[in-house]
Amino acid sequence: MSGACGGTIAEIRSLVSSGQASAVEICRAHLQRARDVEPRVKAFRALLEESALSQAETIDRDRREGRPLGPLAGVPIAVKDVLCTRGVPTTCGSLILRNFVPVYDATCVARLRQAGAVIVGKTNMDEFAMGSSTENSAYEKTCNPWALDRVPGGSSGGSAAAVAAGEVPASLGSDTGGSIRQPAAFCGIPGMKPTYGRVSRYGLVAFASSLDQVGPLGLTVEDVARVLQVIAGHDPLDSTSAPLPVPDYLAALGKGARGLRIGVPKEYFRSGLDPEVETAVRSGLKIAERLGARLEEISLPHTEYAIPTYYIIATAEASSNLARYDGVRYGHRAHDVHQMGPLYVRTRTEGFGSEVKRRVMLGTYVLSAGYYDAYYLKGQKVRTLIRQDFERAFEKLDAIVTPTSPTPAFRFGEKVDDPLAMYLSDIFTVTLNLAGLPGMSIPCGLTRDHLPVGMQIIGRRFDEEMVLRLGAALEGEIKFGARRPSLDGTS
Amino acid sequence: MAIAKQEVRHIAKLANLDFSEEEIGRFTQQFNSILEYVARLDALDTSAIEPTSHVDSGSHALRDDVLVPSISREEALANAPESERGHFKVPKVIG
Repeated sequence: MSGACGGTIAEIRSLVSSGQASAVEICRAHLQRARDVEPRVKAFRALLEESALSQAETIDRDRREGRPLGPLAGVPIAVKDVLCTRGVPTTCGSLILRNFVPVYDATCVARLRQAGAVIVGKTNMDEFAMGSSTENSAYEKTCNPWALDRVPGGSSGGSAAAVAAGEVPASLGSDTGGSIRQPAAFCGIPGMKPTYGRVSRYGLVAFASSLDQVGPLGLTVEDVARVLQVIAGHDPLDSTSAPLPVPDYLAALGKGARGLRIGVPKEYFRSGLDPEVETAVRSGLKIAERLGARLEEISLPHTEYAIPTYYIIATAEASSNLARYDGVRYGHRAHDVHQMGPLYVRTRTEGFGSEVKRRVMLGTYVLSAGYYDAYYLKGQKVRTLIRQDFERAFEKLDAIVTPTSPTPAFRFGEKVDDPLAMYLSDIFTVTLNLAGLPGMSIPCGLTRDHLPVGMQIIGRRFDEEMVLRLGAALEGEIKFGARRPSLDGTS
Repeated sequence: MAIAKQEVRHIAKLANLDFSEEEIGRFTQQFNSILEYVARLDALDTSAIEPTSHVDSGSHALRDDVLVPSISREEALANAPESERGHFKVPKVIG
């Protein structure tokens, strides 16, 4: 069943609904592909062969018996290991959750299942989604399918690599400061962070609750739209999920770019931007112009303050969220400790990796007595200024386009000992989390070393339609999709 | 505002984490370079700016107070490192 593997969601869905291929055949083909490439890519924490095949059998039975099929019937999908899956270990890339088996599904996972998707596995990630390279996973290093000696980006590195390596047509990731968009860019696929509140966070293990958002990665913009359609929408189990109707995202795809007003912020094209990245993004912008969009240079003056603001707010929220890992209700507990206080300390010291500890420490510091006003409150105020930059710009724009990341994928170990250098790789993505805006990275070219470059399309709040519309129009002209990694190269 | 090793030790205590002397030294160094970077925010006058704690998604968090099914006690305890007779079990708290 070679036709199914490497196919898009629409292709797979049509094979299944017409009966040309069974969901079981499609599932087997993707599992076989995963078994073939996983020794090199290591995108998955776990493949769920048995439960995936049984889900696929259910789809086939439904079809035989004439029951209606869901919009993702028989489509294999990978889920980042930060999302709770009932009865399936959910480690978050951390030793502290090594044996954690959720008793419920995250809402987005439940919605995938209801839509007929087949969950084939849980993907590798930076521990608690803290990182930009997936090197902070306590378990394994995921390799970039385009160059096996380079990182796939992070923190959703496994979800991006699994799609790029042809193991699944789409996956779910989470994005707190760029964790979907940056790995999508590094791996040459589209990936979207929806508006804060668009997708339920119920069952998403919390990192920074005011910034976290679940979103899809896929082979094409249409795949992203098809998954978003299923996971978006209000959820009474998440008090921050927006009670808004979900538009028809597929209908937005064919509308083209003619007449769209696109802002190009000058602060995103300054020093530190790799010249090859700039060239690829500028050529993508030229294509937008050719398609009839109007480009306008704009200024988002507080951009340079985004990284320090992000690292105050994200670490403060993380230090509070991660206080729950105390060895009492779930997760790792240190052995042979007979007093409560030392039990907490030993459990956390053994269970957390060094980047998580660094961020918990930084967050504890910025929230501590005497520093709250100087750091945390200050950060929240600058967050207001960053949000207002965008609000002002969007008064006369439909979308904003920037590079997704200042560089293409870097080599293993290149930034791991320099936290600040690693943090700076999120410089173009964190602003959207601070402002709550939707954004999608789409591939727009390759460097001389054959590394993908991503461009980021930013929309107004809850205007994922515009982001998808412009993304689909550009994708149709850039024709990046035909290029696939060979999985045998280094650079 | 530079931070000293002594302060890093105090933060570790607040965060319920334990570090070797070598780790404390490394953290102190990394903290200082991150805080130095964060200090660029001081250039902005924010005295008249309202803080944003989160971007409002227009949600209505309140609902009617009706009883709905929840996970069972058994499920709630399923991941507990230690439990006994329907409770989470911990070491003695009061000596």
